[in-house]
Amino acid sequence: MPHDHHDHDDYHHEGMSSSGHPYRADNDGPLTYWQRMEIAVRELLVEKSHLIPAQIATQIEVMDARSPANGAAVVARAWIDPDFKARLLADASAASREMGFDIGPLNLIAVENTADAHNLIVCTLCSCYPRNLLGLPPDWYKTREYRSRAVREPRAVLREFGLDLAESVAVRVHDSTADMRYMVLPARPEGTEGLSQEQLASLVTRDSMIGTGLPRQP
Amino acid sequence: MAERVRVKALTPPGHVRVPWYLRGKTGEIERPLGAFHNPEQLAYGLSAEEKPLYRVRFSMAEIWGDAAENPNDTLDAEIYAHWLEKVVIHAA
Repeated sequence: MPHDHHDHDDYHHEGMSSSGHPYRADNDGPLTYWQRMEIAVRELLVEKSHLIPAQIATQIEVMDARSPANGAAVVARAWIDPDFKARLLADASAASREMGFDIGPLNLIAVENTADAHNLIVCTLCSCYPRNLLGLPPDWYKTREYRSRAVREPRAVLREFGLDLAESVAVRVHDSTADMRYMVLPARPEGTEGLSQEQLASLVTRDSMIGTGLPRQP
Repeated sequence: MAERVRVKALTPPGHVRVPWYLRGKTGEIERPLGAFHNPEQLAYGLSAEEKPLYRVRFSMAEIWGDAAENPNDTLDAEIYAHWLEKVVIHAA
């Protein structure tokens, strides 16, 4: 039995799959302008021998392999190694490379959450995100709603993410408008004194590095 | 004391990486970032000269006025030097 739903009848509803869900329509619609453009550029690059298809597939795999776990490892190291933390806050690109992450030309700035300040990252102009370290951004990060509201009413946005900050905590929003990318260095949760670096990394969520969340409690 | 700067309130055509909501607003240089190829030329495949880039910190009160959630919260953005002008404070 593929699902645990309780409302399935013994017969299948019209238009539903055998597991009781609507069939997903095939993507037979016309291509958008940018889809056509991507195909045209890709085929031209291959036709003119600048690239072979395997290189494109490999690059997609490389990007898909990047995940928030890379950033979590950086954060956990900063929590237990004060010298590394100092290097991270001084030059987050160099500190990430020092840990062995191939982040390409990424210009990364780490901003530290403290008892007095909470940082939030946004790109109002498009969807700038430290992809080379954290992987692809969540879909909501790219929405017009998040991009416009994060700079105008960050505290209201954070409350919707479940984070109700005291007025005494300053909110510092960072708009990635040009060449730098940002990650939040969240504050280390209390009660984590005995944990290993790996255990600490498992507490670091993607959202805690964007600033829309806090690390998990152990 | 941090250097105070105002974002030029210009409306040039083409690709610009200065958000509308910061144009004409005054902030403080948070840190210099070095020089980067000017995206206003880079976006069109032109040979872009390198321009100094700064992180500028604005108060939410400066950006949104009375509508700010908390006037002392801040917003930092990266602004190219050619979009910034020094704010001269005249002695009374």
